[in-house]
Amino acid sequence: MTEPTSPHLTSDPPGEPTVDSTATISMRLPEPIDAGRLELSEVPRAVLSCTDVSLYYGDFRAVNQVTMDIGVHEITALIGPSGCGKSTVLRALNRMNDLIPGTRVEGTIAYHGMDIYGRDVDPIEVRRRIGMVFQKPNPFPKSIYDNVAYGPKVIGMKVSSMDDVVEESLRAAALWDEVKDKLKQSAYGLSGGQQQRLCIARTIAVKPEVILMDEPCSALDPIATARIEDLMMELREDYTIVIVTHNMQQAARVADRTAFFTAEAAEGHGDRTGHLVEFAETTKIFSNPADPRTEDYISGRFG
Amino acid sequence: MAAITAESTSGSRPLTTAAYGEKSPQSLVFLVLLWLSLVFGILVLAVLLVTTFIEGRSRIDAQLFTNYTSQIAPETAGARAAILGTAWVIGVTALLAIPIGVAAAAYLEEFASRKSRFAHLVELNVQNLAAVPAIIYGMLAAAAVVAIGIPRNTVIAGGIALALLILPVVIVSTREALRAVPQEIRQGSLALGASPMQTLQRQTLPAAVPGIATGTILALSRAMGEAAPLLLLGGLVFVKFDPNGILSGFTTMPIQIFDWASRSQESFQQLAAAASILLLVLVLAMNGVAIIIRNKYSNPR
Ligand SMILES: Nc1ncnc2c1ncn2[C@@H]1O[C@H](COP(=O)(O)OP(=O)(O)O)[C@@H](O)[C@H]1O
Ligand SMILES: [Mg+2]
Repeated sequence: MTEPTSPHLTSDPPGEPTVDSTATISMRLPEPIDAGRLELSEVPRAVLSCTDVSLYYGDFRAVNQVTMDIGVHEITALIGPSGCGKSTVLRALNRMNDLIPGTRVEGTIAYHGMDIYGRDVDPIEVRRRIGMVFQKPNPFPKSIYDNVAYGPKVIGMKVSSMDDVVEESLRAAALWDEVKDKLKQSAYGLSGGQQQRLCIARTIAVKPEVILMDEPCSALDPIATARIEDLMMELREDYTIVIVTHNMQQAARVADRTAFFTAEAAEGHGDRTGHLVEFAETTKIFSNPADPRTEDYISGRFG
Repeated sequence: MAAITAESTSGSRPLTTAAYGEKSPQSLVFLVLLWLSLVFGILVLAVLLVTTFIEGRSRIDAQLFTNYTSQIAPETAGARAAILGTAWVIGVTALLAIPIGVAAAAYLEEFASRKSRFAHLVELNVQNLAAVPAIIYGMLAAAAVVAIGIPRNTVIAGGIALALLILPVVIVSTREALRAVPQEIRQGSLALGASPMQTLQRQTLPAAVPGIATGTILALSRAMGEAAPLLLLGGLVFVKFDPNGILSGFTTMPIQIFDWASRSQESFQQLAAAASILLLVLVLAMNGVAIIIRNKYSNPR
C-alpha cells in the first residue's frame, strides 16, 4: 500500500484527485470506527457510501455506526458470524428493511451522493437501481419467461422486444442454454442452482446498477455454487455487487474487498450490537488483517 | 442399557401395533361412543335424504324447471321463478361481496400497519359481523334500500342482505389465502422495483386466487340456502314472472320451498321435496367445485 490518497471513496472518476478531501474529513470527524474508509492506491468511484449507519429493529440496535464505501464494478463481501447484522446492513442498502415494521436508520447511506433515506426519495426507485437476490431462490410461480419479463413490465421499461430482453438476461445469468427450449414452463421445475440464476437473470432484466446478494449460495450444492461464483465474476464487468456470505473461501475467491463484521462486545459498547471491525482489500483481510478479531475469525478461532 | 429404558417406558407392547395400541377398557368404550355418534349423524342425514328423495322423486321433471308456481295446479307447478330468482340474488351477492371482501382483506393483510387504529376497528367489526344472526342482515338491508327509495322486496335488497351475511367469511378466507402466499414472493417482486400495489395485483392476489375462490364458493353456497333474511325482506312466495333486473321482485328456492312445505296438499309436499333435492344438488355441486379447486392447488406447483 502506497501513500493513502483519500480516506473516502469519492464520487470523482478514477484518476482525478479529490479536491477538497480535508473538508470532508473534518465534517465527518469524529468517527468511532474509521475502518470502513478505504486507503487505496487507486481510487474507484463509490456507488454507495455509508456514514455512521446504525440500524434498529424497534428499540433493539442491530448494527452500530457502520462507515464504509462500495466501489463501482467491484465485488464487496460482507462476512462475520451469524447475527452480526450482515443481512440487516445489506437490506438497508436498497431499503428492503422498510418492509419490516419498526425498523429505523440513523446516519446516511448515499447513492452517488444522494441520501437514499432522504425525504423525497422513493424507495421503489431505489430498488429499481439497487436489485437484490435472496438467500433462498424465490422464483415467481410463473413461467421462466414471465419471471424474467415481470420486472421490465412492472417498472414500465421501454423495450423494443421483450423476447430479446429475456434472452439477454438469461444469457447474462448463464442460464440461456439450459432453458431456451422450455421458456414457457414453470420456473418451479428448475433445480435450485438454476432457480437462483433465474433470480439473478430477473434482477439483471431491470438493469440495476448494483446487485445485492444475501448468501446466494447457501441453499446450493458446490457445483451450483461454483457456477454462481463464476457468474458473479462475469457480472462484475457491468454491475457492482455486494454479497453477504458466511463462507470465507467464497469471499476470498470472489470479492475485491471484504468487510468483517462482528457482534462481539468491543471496547466502548458492551451490548451485542453488530459493528464493522475491518474493511479492506480481500487479500489484505485474508493475509494481513489489521485487527486481531479479524484474524481470529479468519483462522476459525471464533464464529 | 438402551433396551432396559425402552422396556420400562413402553412396556412390552410391540411397536407394530402402535397405531391401534389403545386397548384399555375406557378407551374402547370411548371409541365405540365416537363411532355411534358418527353413525347417528350420518344415519339422520341419510334418512332425511332418502325420504326427501322418495317423496320428491315423481316431481323431478322438466316442469319443475320450466313452470311457474301455481295455487290451483300444484301437480304441474314448477320452481322456474325461484331458480331464476336464486341465480339473480346470488349473482348480485357475489358481485357485492367478492370485490368488497377481497379489498378489505387485502387492506388488512397487505397494507394496514399493525398499529393502525382504523385497521383494528375494521378487524373487530369483521369479527362482530360473523356473529350477527342472519335475520338481522335482512333488517339492515331493508333499512338501507328503503332509505334510498328502493322497495325492499327487490333483488338488490336480497343481494345486499346476503352479501353482508357472507362478507366476514369472504374476508377471513381471503386473508388466510393471502397469508399463505410466501413472503419471498412479495420480496422478490418489491426488490425488482414493483410497487406494493403492483405486487398485490400481479403476484400476491393471483397466487391467492385458489384459496379465495374456495372460501367464496363455500360462502355463496351457504347464502344460497338462506331463507330468513330474505323472508324478512318480503321475498315474494308467489312469483309468476322471470326476474329481469336488480329492481325486480324475486323469490328464491328456499323461500319457495318454505311456502310449498307449509301447504297441506300432498302435491305441494312433493313439490317442496323435489325443489329441496334440486337445491341440495346445487349446493353440493358448488362445494364439490370448491373442493376440486382446493385440491388442485394445495400441492405446490
Ligand atoms: N426482522 C427482525 N426483527 C427483529 N430483529 C431482527 C430482525 N432481523 C434480524 N434481527 C436481529 O438483528 C441482528 C442481526 O441480524 P442479521 O442482519 O440477520 O444478521 P446476519 O445476517 O449477520 O446473520 C440479530 O440480532 C437479529 O436477531
Ligand atoms: Mg443473514
